[in-house]
Amino acid sequence: MAGKLKIRVDQDKCQGHARCKSLAPELFNLDEFGNAHEIGDGTVPAGLEDKAWLAQTNCPENAIEVTEE
Amino acid sequence: MPEHPPVSDWVHDFDHTDPRWTENPFPIWDELRNECPVVHTKRFLGCYLPTTYQAVKEIAYDTEHFSSRRVIVRDVRPPITNTAPPITSDPPEHKPAKQLLLPPFTPDAMKKLEPRVREICNELIDEFIEDGKCDAAARYTKNIPVRAIAHMLGIPEKDSDLFIKWIHEILELGIKDDSALMRAVHEMTAYFAGHIEARKNNPTDDLISTMMNARDKDGQPLSDMHVLGSLRLLLIAGIDTTWSGIGSSLWHLAKTPADRDRLIAEPELMPTAIEEFLRAYSPVTMAREVMKETTISGCPVKPGNMVLLSFPAANRDPAMFPDADKVVIDRKENRHAAFGLGIHRCVGSNLARMEMTVAIEEWLKRIPDFKLDPAGEVKWSEGTVRGPRQLPVLFKGK
Repeated sequence: MAGKLKIRVDQDKCQGHARCKSLAPELFNLDEFGNAHEIGDGTVPAGLEDKAWLAQTNCPENAIEVTEE
Repeated sequence: MPEHPPVSDWVHDFDHTDPRWTENPFPIWDELRNECPVVHTKRFLGCYLPTTYQAVKEIAYDTEHFSSRRVIVRDVRPPITNTAPPITSDPPEHKPAKQLLLPPFTPDAMKKLEPRVREICNELIDEFIEDGKCDAAARYTKNIPVRAIAHMLGIPEKDSDLFIKWIHEILELGIKDDSALMRAVHEMTAYFAGHIEARKNNPTDDLISTMMNARDKDGQPLSDMHVLGSLRLLLIAGIDTTWSGIGSSLWHLAKTPADRDRLIAEPELMPTAIEEFLRAYSPVTMAREVMKETTISGCPVKPGNMVLLSFPAANRDPAMFPDADKVVIDRKENRHAAFGLGIHRCVGSNLARMEMTVAIEEWLKRIPDFKLDPAGEVKWSEGTVRGPRQLPVLFKGK
């Protein structure tokens, strides 16, 4: 079985398209300028893996990194 | 005004104001993309067109060789006098100017505006639903963004027709007629100057006041030129872009009953459908000016030329999107570039998405069964924003 997923938003790449927050509000939040960051330490809770990948594949700036621990 | 003879050689002599392009640009982009990732025309004093997603992306991220000081490709390049920060700004001025505008346009801020937009949509539908037919562009799509942005700016919604006139003069007539462009810019500037003056005595809670109260990094108020430029930008950028996005979506649904029925039966598909309409019918092509020689996707690019930065062509690139020429309303992976890429990401993208979603939802609720009127003709805008400007439909209202 695959390990746990971890997500991270690259702050230099994020331009605030907000696609991640819209697709996976459990995993991403926005700051006052609308730029995204991962919630908590970025560990993806069980059952939300698909949403993490969906956010990753829809970010226009390729700003979301998903790694397997 | 310079002549624009009809295009016979699209690869070496393209013209984005040619009637064939205006009517149906998609096969033209396919032809150009098969030839080269970056094509060139001598028209418009020299202009490149990147045709692939990759080439568009390279240019969008390259603020060293490409400037945003001119964002519309036109027949003339007069001295730069009327800026519209941050869209016409390059680094390092760009970031502070943009950060002032970001907070009022977050998704949360848009949620607060959403009820007013739903009201606007229904007020408009009330005016024609009894007729069983209407020009959906003139009676519906055109009026939603203009009233919403007027609401945000704190200027009268009843002035909408004036704003629409200015946008037509700036973005369509202004490509070939410099006097129309300058007249509209001056009228807009005088209009906003009046509103700024009025707020000095009676402060309000709107975007004009936000700009007036903003401070730069040294704690100083923004110059009048900056405030007026940003206000012009918000009005220009916020209207016919979203009007076009809503219009193209309705046009698609009018001629594609299967998608329309599916969207009514499965309203949870609305978010992916809106993203797909944004990809397939992206309204906005921005421009850049080449400042230094470079290569893009292997093609040499020389200063003195403009670039039509076609996000719509990028979004139709089959190397990036499977079935790029098909509209797939439940498309899951959709890394489209309709709102641009890099630092100039459209500041109003959250507003545009909300307006498109609400406009389509409210229309489908009240007019679920509609089609293009065979007795009428769909007409598309000319220039760098693409959308239906005449959209005759027949319907059975409820």
